[in-house]
Amino acid sequence: MDVLLAILIGILYSAGAYLVLRRSVVRFIIGLVILSNATNLLIFLSGGLVEGKPAFVDESGYLVFLTDPSPQALILTAIVIGFGIVVFTLALYAKFYKVSGSDDIDDLKQTDTPEA
Amino acid sequence: MLIILLLYCLLGFWVLWSPGALKKYSALLIALLQLGSFAYFLSHVPYVREGFIKSQFISWIPQLGLDFHVQIDGLSLLYALLVTFIGALVFLYAKAYMKKYANKSRFYFFLTWFSGAMLGLVLSVNLIQLFVFWELTSLFSFLLISFFNEKESSRKAAFQSLFVTGFGGLCLLVGIVLIGSHVGSYSLSDWISASNEIKASSIYTPSLILIFLGVFTKSAQFPFHFWLPWAMQAPTPVSAYLHSATMVKAGVFLLMRLNPVLGGTELWMGILPVVGSITMLVGAYMSITQTDIKAIFAYTTISSLGVLVFLMGIDTKVAVKAALVFLVVHAFYKAALFMLAGYIDKQCGTRDITRLGGLIKQLPLTFIVSALALFSMAGLPPMIGFIGKELIYEASVQATDLGFFILIMGVVANVFMVAVSIYFLHRVFIRKRAVELKVPLVNLYVFGPLVLSVLSLLLGVWPDALTIFLEPALEVVRAGEVAFKLQVWHGFNLVFVTSFFTVLGGAVLAWVLIISKTFMAEWRKFNRQFFTINLTDVFFTTFTQVISYAVTHTKRIQHGYNRYYIMSILLFTTLMIGIQLFLQTGWELPKQVSFQPFVLTGIIGVTAIATLVTSVSQTRINAIIAMGVLGYGISLIYLYYSAVDLAITQIIVETLTLIMFVIVLKKLPEFSSYSKKIPILRDVFIALCFGGVMTLLALKALDVELSHPISDYFIQNSYLKAYGKNVVNVILVDFRALDTMGEVIVLAVAAIGVYSLIRMKMKQS
Repeated sequence: MDVLLAILIGILYSAGAYLVLRRSVVRFIIGLVILSNATNLLIFLSGGLVEGKPAFVDESGYLVFLTDPSPQALILTAIVIGFGIVVFTLALYAKFYKVSGSDDIDDLKQTDTPEA
Repeated sequence: MLIILLLYCLLGFWVLWSPGALKKYSALLIALLQLGSFAYFLSHVPYVREGFIKSQFISWIPQLGLDFHVQIDGLSLLYALLVTFIGALVFLYAKAYMKKYANKSRFYFFLTWFSGAMLGLVLSVNLIQLFVFWELTSLFSFLLISFFNEKESSRKAAFQSLFVTGFGGLCLLVGIVLIGSHVGSYSLSDWISASNEIKASSIYTPSLILIFLGVFTKSAQFPFHFWLPWAMQAPTPVSAYLHSATMVKAGVFLLMRLNPVLGGTELWMGILPVVGSITMLVGAYMSITQTDIKAIFAYTTISSLGVLVFLMGIDTKVAVKAALVFLVVHAFYKAALFMLAGYIDKQCGTRDITRLGGLIKQLPLTFIVSALALFSMAGLPPMIGFIGKELIYEASVQATDLGFFILIMGVVANVFMVAVSIYFLHRVFIRKRAVELKVPLVNLYVFGPLVLSVLSLLLGVWPDALTIFLEPALEVVRAGEVAFKLQVWHGFNLVFVTSFFTVLGGAVLAWVLIISKTFMAEWRKFNRQFFTINLTDVFFTTFTQVISYAVTHTKRIQHGYNRYYIMSILLFTTLMIGIQLFLQTGWELPKQVSFQPFVLTGIIGVTAIATLVTSVSQTRINAIIAMGVLGYGISLIYLYYSAVDLAITQIIVETLTLIMFVIVLKKLPEFSSYSKKIPILRDVFIALCFGGVMTLLALKALDVELSHPISDYFIQNSYLKAYGKNVVNVILVDFRALDTMGEVIVLAVAAIGVYSLIRMKMKQS
């Protein structure tokens, strides 16, 4: 199963990389989503996989064979931040399209409009 | 002493910010300050003549050998007197000259700070501190030269002077640090006592050359002289100050200061006379054919600086004596001449020598004062300039190997000086030509030049008065050689004969220039054709070319194509991770693949298919639906492997992302395919390599032995200390609450960003 997950991570990275290399902005943003998913999964995998033992403790405060909570806390943060990035990028893109009427990242070569 | 420096600093701010009603007294105030400090320094003359030194010392960063150390000895006293005396006259002159200009308070602020920096420079005996003041003078001269900053030529001139002197300043700093780290101190007295050791060491040659570069750029020596004529863009009071007693004399000052440390070697006596005499000749030759009267004086300034440098290079008692005398001589007549040039400019509305003339009737006083100053420049008796020139000839004869050549060059240069003096006098004042005067005579304009010219005359008649100031200075530069006698009549010897023929040659040349109508024009034409290489143009051309070279080459890396940046990142990452995985031994790929449990295999399969669909889908809605499937698939994987919180978060986030996409996409165009087939194949190849390496990395990660003491701590204390049973939640909101707060802030910022982007859109529509 680990191996299958590793292959899935590879597929996700490939797809993400392919999409961020596109010139279409929407594809680029979808690529970002996939890349962040891939990275979350990679961290999750390297934290060690434990089936059916979520990191809950009882009142005695000690259970030994729990899944490792630290990577989960990290990934949780990463998911939320990734969401923030995607939403902001989307809003920026909507604005960019409104102003320039373009969907092409190559039109973003200059910081200034040529005829200001 | 320190109080005086502090006063310059504070009064500088006062003239900048003082209330409007008091502003018209700014120039007078600073002139008084200059005069006051002149009196202060004057009162130290008897004291210093006794052989005493007055110094003040403040520990600054003692660990680095940095102290604030000022000292009045013979040399700094002479310079301080010149700086403050001419400074006072310049401020009086500026009061009249600057009357009509805007931003006067800024001007006085710059000029006051410049004076303070120059004073600090000559008083410094800690070399790092000296360097700081040195750079301050460069900086303020930049601000002063660019004072008329609405003119492009001013900005260019100021930039050029800052660049050249700044370059020299950096060289100087390196030279100082080289010697300082060798000696282990930046105090001048330590340097002097370690003089022999420095000269014997291997750092002597490089540090000397670096210090010389600093001196040559500051004192406008060939081939760095080109910034000085351009600096004439400054208001005339600035030119009168910078090019007589201050700025450009700083380089010569440093030579005198460091002569006891570095002087007397073959290198010192080899470089300085050559550079100095070339500068002297170039400056004098170029001055004759100038048409702008300020430019004439600028080139003669270059020539005089060359004289000072080569005298320091000859490095005998007579030479240093000559240098000290000439320093004062030049400061007096050049300050006077610049002030007069500014006055003539104001009166006639032009500085073009071909359009001036006949001023003797209208401005008789100006004529007399100019004549005195010019005679001093030409070295005619009985002016002090004559004594200066005699001494220069006397010193030239003493130059070891080059004596004869230097003497000839000196004679030629002085012939030009005499000629240009007479020619100037005739052109501007004597020849018949009606020039209309613009403004009524203002005595303040002529006051400064009058004082300086009369002093030049009086000192020429009673040169002993000057020796009072020069003897202690000579004692500092060349210890133990004090006897100082100045006289007008040296007897009928080689020097006198040379001097006589110089004047004769100059007079004949001037006569030819005056009589012949075409000679001067021809000469100018010849110079324009022959000296086609204009160093200023070379400077700016080189500069723009360096920039354009940098721009072209930067553009190759910073090309602006987002996908090529990403491509570089991906390829580089792939390569680095690949190499690392290849090099790292001791791990193997898992031999067998298990498909148990099938549920999970199914989920992974679906996710993988969804991923592929997302990347190749040609319609937006399909791509986004597939992306949703992918996200939910991943959340199921989290759920299966005991990560309940992750699964919940992932589902929420995925849903919100989908909603966002759908809302936004309604307003956006369909997918468009920009890339052709070959780039697509290339990108697929890159993506597959990247994915492959990441798979290997994931497999490698499985193989790593984990120890998680931090996690153990979290698990043990989750309930006991934080009263929470869900450890992941407790980590987020308790153990690492600060991180979570940061995360919340990031989200808030993103939300504000999104909100403002959308609001902006509404306003426009």
